[in-house]
Amino acid sequence: MWTICKKELADHFSSTRFLILFCLILMVALVSTYMVATNIRQVLEGVSKPSNVFLLLFTTEGKFFSLVQFIAFFGPLLGIIMGFDAINRERQHRTLAKLVSQPIFRDAVINGKFLAGVITVSIALVSMMLLLTGMGLITVGVVPGWEEIGRLFVYLIVSIAYVSFWLGLAILFSILFRSLATSALAAVALWIFFSFFMGFASDLVADALSPVRNPRDPEEVVANQRVSDAASLVSPAVLYSKATSTILDPYRRSRGSVMIVGLLEKLSMERFQSPLPLDQSILVVWPYLTLLAALTLICFGLSYVIFMRQEIRSV
Amino acid sequence: MAAIIQTENLTRRYGRQVAVDGLTLEINEREIFGFLGPNGAGKTTTILMLLGLTEPTSGSARVLGYDPTRDPLEIKRQVGYLPENVGFYDDLTGRENLRFMAELNRLPEARITEKIEEALRTVGLNGEGDKLVGAYSRGMRQRLGIAELLIKDPKLLILDEPTLGLDPDGTNKMLDLVHALSRDRGITVMLSSHQLEQVQRICTRVGIMIKGKLVAVGTIEELAKRKLGEGGGMNLEEIYMRYFKEA
Repeated sequence: MWTICKKELADHFSSTRFLILFCLILMVALVSTYMVATNIRQVLEGVSKPSNVFLLLFTTEGKFFSLVQFIAFFGPLLGIIMGFDAINRERQHRTLAKLVSQPIFRDAVINGKFLAGVITVSIALVSMMLLLTGMGLITVGVVPGWEEIGRLFVYLIVSIAYVSFWLGLAILFSILFRSLATSALAAVALWIFFSFFMGFASDLVADALSPVRNPRDPEEVVANQRVSDAASLVSPAVLYSKATSTILDPYRRSRGSVMIVGLLEKLSMERFQSPLPLDQSILVVWPYLTLLAALTLICFGLSYVIFMRQEIRSV
Repeated sequence: MAAIIQTENLTRRYGRQVAVDGLTLEINEREIFGFLGPNGAGKTTTILMLLGLTEPTSGSARVLGYDPTRDPLEIKRQVGYLPENVGFYDDLTGRENLRFMAELNRLPEARITEKIEEALRTVGLNGEGDKLVGAYSRGMRQRLGIAELLIKDPKLLILDEPTLGLDPDGTNKMLDLVHALSRDRGITVMLSSHQLEQVQRICTRVGIMIKGKLVAVGTIEELAKRKLGEGGGMNLEEIYMRYFKEA
């Protein structure tokens, strides 16, 4: 398994598509975080004794999006490009038959590939986070406390798990579909659906299950919203973004949607609230995290079973 | 002479179609056994069952004394299998491909380099080892495929259509190589093919498989006597065509 993992790692890090995507993400992340950082710096001048400033670096929306939103959006792509051709590329190049006729267990192939993907994602995300943190230190000039570092750490782990979900899904498609293009398209289609259209889809489900007949009846509106929220939890993208936004924001106390406030308002409002400790924040989103982990495991488990049963011939 | 491969009523069905039908076969040590038959006769399915890559529907097999369904790993450790149209990682060099295979076979690190060089020398690719496999010709790829098998010091080689698509020169080199391996190292070889004149050149015994059934086994002389009569010549192609028409 380690041999395969080692080879896959070498492949990932020398593959052009991975490098291109990683550079792209890194560049956008650096630029947008830099804009946010300078913005924070200006706002901070009018505020006395702010707390948890460092986390704002990652959660504040700059011109377009916050870093967290950005990762929630592009992270999956990272997983997809590493996984979509994991097995069917070996089929196409006719190396799969050779690989499984070596004295290794068949699951070593798929485990090695998955592991290599997870390691690559971890290295990519951790190094990016460190770079951003360094840049934040310089531009904002605020040193993060242990609590904040802990939150960032948890955020990283959740992000790696999230990208691993997409990696697992892409590998599943690479087993199911013989053609590289089909599996790539299928994975991307699912990604687009979960990231863009989940909102519409969950609204549709909500309207079907508990329609709002009278828009002035608050109970009906609330019931409709509840169903819509519940339906959107099917999407790992929703799970992830809700989970991470709570983890990175100590003032958020519930999983529900929150008002959108500006940076200055947020900073001044926070003075009248006390932040949640890290473990409490995690507790708030625990159901989301378990669900996300479960989805990842289901994906991987499914690929595992299918791959173990698949006929090797008909290549 | 001990039997290296032994099958007993080996059968594999895909749905209602029978790919291999009650195959009973014995291949002895140091033989070069030619496994003949048209495309889709069940040759590859048989090979996959021998390696434990496909489960037989019924019947049993022993390869080097192991049961492929129970001990596939032990068989894969000692048997070199060259699939039809074998593929390589084109973005790696020949040596790197061999090294990957050696590592998968858990060769001790100290011996890997030495083994790679030896294998490359044997197949006559030692000058080409550092070129990307993507730039190899078809004949070179097939020989690299053999080199990959030699790395694990196999007792048995199973070659699926090793000469398919090679030019006459490549074919000759390939056959000489297989012949030399059998002669010098005592490796048992089972090779499947439908190119008869080549099989005739190097094989000690042949089996003819048509529509999943093994219709004849024996040396070429035996089969010639049976089908063409005394003095009917030794042309494998003629023998084969007789069997083919009967089936």
